[in-house]
Amino acid sequence: MKLTSLVKFGSFAASAIFATSAMAQQLSGAGASFPAPIYQRWASDFKKISSIEVNYQSVGSGAGVKQFTLGTVDFGASDAAMSDEEMAKVTQGVVLIPATAGSIVVAYNLPDVKDLKLTREALAGIFLGNVTKWNDPMIAKANEGVKLPDLPISVAKRSDGSGTTFVFSKHLAAISPEFKDEIGEDKSTDAWPVGVGGKGNEGVTALVKQTPGAVGYVEYGFAHHNSLSMASVQNKSGNFVKPTPESGAATLAHLELPANLRIWPEDPTGADDYPITTFTWLMLYKKYPDAAKLKALKGFVTYGLTDGQKVSTELGYIPLPASVVEKALAALSTVQ
Amino acid sequence: METPAIQQGGIKEFRKGTDFFRILCWVASAATVATLAWILVEITRQAWPAIEKFGFGFVTGARWLPNREVFGVLPFLVGTATSSLIALVFALPLGLAVAIFLSEDFLPLPVRQVVRFTVEMLAAIPSVVYGLWGIFVVIPLVQQFGSWAMVACKDIPVLKEIFAGPAYGNSLLTASLVLALMILPTITAISRTALVAVPGTLREGAYALGSTRWEAILGVILPTAAPGIVAATILALGRAMGETMAIAMLIGNSSRLSWSLLSPAGTLAGLLANQFGEAEGLQMNSLMLAALLLVILTLFVNMAGEAVLRYTEKQTAGIR
Amino acid sequence: MSDTTAERTDFLARATASGSGKRSFGNKILSIVCVGLAFLTLIPLCSIIFLVLKNGLPLLSLSVFTDLPPAPGLTGGGFGNALIGTLLMVGLALVLATPFGILSAIYVNEYAPASELAKTVRFVAKLLTGIPSIIAGVFAYAVVVLATGGFSAWAGGFALAILVLPTILLTAEQALMGVPKSFREASYGLGATNFQTIWRIVLPDALPAMMTGVMLAVARAAGETAPLLFTALFSQYWIQSLKEPTASLSVLIYNFSTTFDDHQKQMAWTASLVLVVLVTLANISAQVVFRKR
Repeated sequence: MKLTSLVKFGSFAASAIFATSAMAQQLSGAGASFPAPIYQRWASDFKKISSIEVNYQSVGSGAGVKQFTLGTVDFGASDAAMSDEEMAKVTQGVVLIPATAGSIVVAYNLPDVKDLKLTREALAGIFLGNVTKWNDPMIAKANEGVKLPDLPISVAKRSDGSGTTFVFSKHLAAISPEFKDEIGEDKSTDAWPVGVGGKGNEGVTALVKQTPGAVGYVEYGFAHHNSLSMASVQNKSGNFVKPTPESGAATLAHLELPANLRIWPEDPTGADDYPITTFTWLMLYKKYPDAAKLKALKGFVTYGLTDGQKVSTELGYIPLPASVVEKALAALSTVQ
Repeated sequence: METPAIQQGGIKEFRKGTDFFRILCWVASAATVATLAWILVEITRQAWPAIEKFGFGFVTGARWLPNREVFGVLPFLVGTATSSLIALVFALPLGLAVAIFLSEDFLPLPVRQVVRFTVEMLAAIPSVVYGLWGIFVVIPLVQQFGSWAMVACKDIPVLKEIFAGPAYGNSLLTASLVLALMILPTITAISRTALVAVPGTLREGAYALGSTRWEAILGVILPTAAPGIVAATILALGRAMGETMAIAMLIGNSSRLSWSLLSPAGTLAGLLANQFGEAEGLQMNSLMLAALLLVILTLFVNMAGEAVLRYTEKQTAGIR
Repeated sequence: MSDTTAERTDFLARATASGSGKRSFGNKILSIVCVGLAFLTLIPLCSIIFLVLKNGLPLLSLSVFTDLPPAPGLTGGGFGNALIGTLLMVGLALVLATPFGILSAIYVNEYAPASELAKTVRFVAKLLTGIPSIIAGVFAYAVVVLATGGFSAWAGGFALAILVLPTILLTAEQALMGVPKSFREASYGLGATNFQTIWRIVLPDALPAMMTGVMLAVARAAGETAPLLFTALFSQYWIQSLKEPTASLSVLIYNFSTTFDDHQKQMAWTASLVLVVLVTLANISAQVVFRKR
């Protein structure tokens, strides 16, 4: 109930306040490439109701944090949020706003296998290079009755640094001590013992699509739009969960958000949680000296958190649970 | 210019103009030369922390691990060299054949003009479109060929290494094939110019001695046009080494060394395109050092080309 | 020289000595192989052009030239801002590079052709043609983006200027070399100064051929992606100042071809078609201008 009223207020605020402003206000933001499609969509839709132009540059999380710290943009965006150390460098203060969320799926190319299940050991084993054949007992164990081919596994991974790799390796490190010690979490995959690199989600998607026996990790939207087969992944409570907007939302809803709203479900505990799910954050300054800019920015972020969530599923993102939206809006209200 | 016809004041004015314009042209020339120096100095400056840290080990290091701050570009150097050389192996005979076809009268002029226009259009196609096309067309072909070749060559000593499986679509071979296509217009255009420039009297002389068309081509025309063809080859090699977008989409971007043509590889330019966007700190310095190596390599190739070109020009000056 | 000629005569003599039936047969085979190889080359070319046309034509309409890029999930839209961005940055590159290119060429060919500086300029220009385009981007990133703290049309134009400078310089030098010596002699004979001769006689005559270089530079710069990726970046909106990130056709193609949105992918092919036509037109006009001379 609370959320509905918030949504109503949000859209009202967005449309009422900005319809009157004659001069086109401009906002610039930069950062993560993973949420870029939805931010750009919000910008396009928001311009229609407010005539405010929001220019979002997809430059990567690291560059987003850098530009935000230097003050060359009005807001930043990052899949890795910002560390306390990084936030200390911003004199105006930082407010982190979880803006959208997504799941990373394990996509594979085995035409005859419809519903592949991967145990935690098998998943880590594949990306460590220990499991090299599809009919390996470690995979077969969880897929009884499925005829697994005697085919080598070819791993597809990202060749560019990315937040997607960061989140995926964070999960692998959480479920496998061996992965944690030998490779560790990172946004690059150069240290991985196996794999062909593709540039961007599209590159990995193409690799998986072209190569029988391939397996790779991509954001849900890419796998969904390209009709890739997605493996069910075993979560902490031992259940095999298919990646869907619902299973991702379950993960997010079970999270207890801390005061700074920065949290990763590295290895969520809920029974029906999809384990590789993450928020992505907008970074705002605590204080904006320009009142018009502040108003425009608050309008845009409010729009994204409320009406903007409606396009999430269509674009392959997970709509934020009501509890998260509420906390995010509360955090937004502290921006002055 | 002693010009008594012009009045004194006029001369002074012209002199002033002359001098000023001459200085302007001198400054522009100096700036052009300085541009190259500036590029080298600036990239070296940005790469300095990596040079200090790794020294020569950067070139011989076979591992590129950003999260461990270990940076070695050997695999990318090898990938750059092999992909460009293999591309040349494919492109040179084809490009030369097209150039000969265009400069001879096997088929009527309109047909040749269509062929020439089509080849020239190839040069107009952006690299990223080659990449897309490669994914659609070349990768499936290479995969089929690779699956066959790795079985067919598995008992032949050297070939079994070169065609070792598994046959990935994104591979050195795929990238080299598309590269070959991309450098074809360069080879064809410059070789054709060289062939056309061969004096008609030489050909007539050959015919007069009773040689057939191909005896004239192979014995007289090609040797005479050799400097131009060498220039074409070298310019093409330079272009292949620096080609970026299509390669990044097709080569598989692996930082591991392999003998197999069917394995993924990486190039210096591809490394830059992949990692420059999100790099920071020492990784950025290391990428700048990789860029410096790429510049030095291409400069070296072009200098070698110039030298060969001058030498061959001297050799053939007499018959020209 | 005489050695080479002797060898040739020897070769021809031996060739003449062999049986004439075999020779004409071999001749035919080689001709067929050559024509065959030439047409073999056309297959991939036709395949590319066919794919670009097939995938690019369906969305081609007037509105793609006037609309802004579509946001993910939406239909319609176009790449008007990217087209303008490309033209603008190519224009910037020409404005930056043409004066340096032509003035250097004048120095090299008119003032001091034999000087050390002239030799160095020629050599450096040839080396610059061989610099990979991504290096121009890396360099522009270091000296413009890092220095000004942001991506901009200036940075993109600067990177492209580095790429086109040698093209303009070398074609301008060729153009100047094509002006008959007698023109200059006549001018000096009439009492003109160096400057008058260059400005009134040599330049007007060489201008059409110089334009060839400029058009070739346009063709080269318009198709480049790598130098713009880290310099001009991209923008969803119409350009308002040269200091902000700027869209270009080539980067739009790259960005849109790597999304999951089918409409954007389709738009990437349409933009490819437009870009290929643009570059081809620039190339053709370069040749037409040249032929007129």
